[in-house]
Amino acid sequence: MTPKQKTWKEVPIGGVCWRPSTDYPTGDWRTLKPIRNPEKCNRCLLCFIFCPDAAITWDSEAEDIGFAYDYCKGCGICAHECPKDAIEMISE
Amino acid sequence: MAKIKQEIRALSGDEAVAYAVKQADVDVVAAYPITPQTIIVERFSEYVHNGEVDTEFVCVESEHSALSMSLTASATGARVFTASGSAGLALMHEILYVTSGCRAPVVMAITNRALSAPINIHCDHSDSMVERDAGWIQIYVENSQEAYDSILQAFRIAEHQDTLLPVMVMLDAFVLSHTLESVNVLPDNAVQRFVGMRNIPLIQGHQGKPVPFKLDPDNPITMGPLDLYDYYFEHKRQQEEAMEMAPRVISEVHDEYARLSGRNYGDGLIEPYRLDDADLAAVCLGSTAGTTKTVVDHLRKRGVKAGLLRLRTYRPYPTQEIRAALQNVKAVAVMDRSHSFGAHGGPVFHEIRHALYDATIQPHIVNYIYGLGGRDMPPTLIQEIYTSLQRIAKTDQVEKPVQFIGVRE
Ligand code: SF4
Ligand code: SF4
Repeated sequence: MTPKQKTWKEVPIGGVCWRPSTDYPTGDWRTLKPIRNPEKCNRCLLCFIFCPDAAITWDSEAEDIGFAYDYCKGCGICAHECPKDAIEMISE
Repeated sequence: MAKIKQEIRALSGDEAVAYAVKQADVDVVAAYPITPQTIIVERFSEYVHNGEVDTEFVCVESEHSALSMSLTASATGARVFTASGSAGLALMHEILYVTSGCRAPVVMAITNRALSAPINIHCDHSDSMVERDAGWIQIYVENSQEAYDSILQAFRIAEHQDTLLPVMVMLDAFVLSHTLESVNVLPDNAVQRFVGMRNIPLIQGHQGKPVPFKLDPDNPITMGPLDLYDYYFEHKRQQEEAMEMAPRVISEVHDEYARLSGRNYGDGLIEPYRLDDADLAAVCLGSTAGTTKTVVDHLRKRGVKAGLLRLRTYRPYPTQEIRAALQNVKAVAVMDRSHSFGAHGGPVFHEIRHALYDATIQPHIVNYIYGLGGRDMPPTLIQEIYTSLQRIAKTDQVEKPVQFIGVRE
């Protein structure tokens, strides 16, 4: 969870990031959730390339994609771009 | 006295600014021309064309872009200058806040020009007064000599580690921007020694490690990202802290420059003129102070205890200094060259009253809105102001606290 919040004397000036953006789970902003059908998916990775939040992961051992739902904001770009119609956006 | 040999040049205010920028070893200039700032940009582009400077000169398509470019260039660690005024400054409004919020030490010259409508290219302070809350240091100059001197000081003030705030230097449209004056200029090497290189402090970066506070591919940092209710307020508090440090930095830089050049402007914050034993005081900014000093001298010869307080630095606002300078006078006339419609007085008036609220004895304070759209402010009108101050001091009564002077009734 979010660490103890710092005072104005402790944070760097000018809004410079001193923490990675992964400290901010943004998945709870989502209203629609992408669900992939592994039967239809041919692992072309277009969704991986297009996801603006880098929320699609690649597991090189399993040679398969996954979703980082803590960060996926549910924009639906992956579903739109998928050439196999393998991703469905479902209501949360 | 100055130990350094200086050269006297015939320069307009705009040319004096361009000459200072030429000498200050500026890395990037991004500007869009607007009357009466145009000559600053024209002269500087000539220096670039003639190979007299090693500056990246960017012709942008608007003032919004000019300041966006300046901010981002500054973020890479470059020394940056831009210039604007009036509608151009208004178009920069959004990026003024971004620049100060990113703590980018950009230096900008503003030729103070009225805002439309009706359209008018002449002097008043409406354009920069409305930006006084944007987190920039504001310095108003009295003449072209001071414009030259202040631009050089501005780089040091802006880039100082305790401030890291952008600085705007204001000069009056046409009265200064286009009027030829004898301006003493320092030799190039003296200027370079004075301004030095821009120092880049270390800052806590992504992994909590100290990295230089600039955009650098070898040490990447992220500047100015989304900052919500959890940290935005802390960053604003830091800007106020920098403003609180700024008066000391401004005075130190001013004093060091005074030792070098032999020229000083009060303490760099305010310039009291014959105020020590004054009963009556006018307060103003910019070139009107020059005319007012002549009127003060004239009144003094007639035995009237008149004085003037010129505000040189308007942000940060030198509250304590103003209070100390004015608390022994009987009546104060604040001259505002801009108006806050419906606010019952101009911005300078309100803030002078604020500065004197905590004085032991409060003088009477009245306001004169003058010179809008370049309306002349001759010595006769300034004299009228002192005459009414005499009446106020004598009767201990103020009839009209806020008046327009020089307008046809
Ligand atoms: S774009 Fe569609 S087919 Fe390609 S990897 Fe993603 S889900 Fe699978
Ligand atoms: S819905 Fe948007 S954010 Fe979520 S995985 Fe798909 S492309 Fe990425």
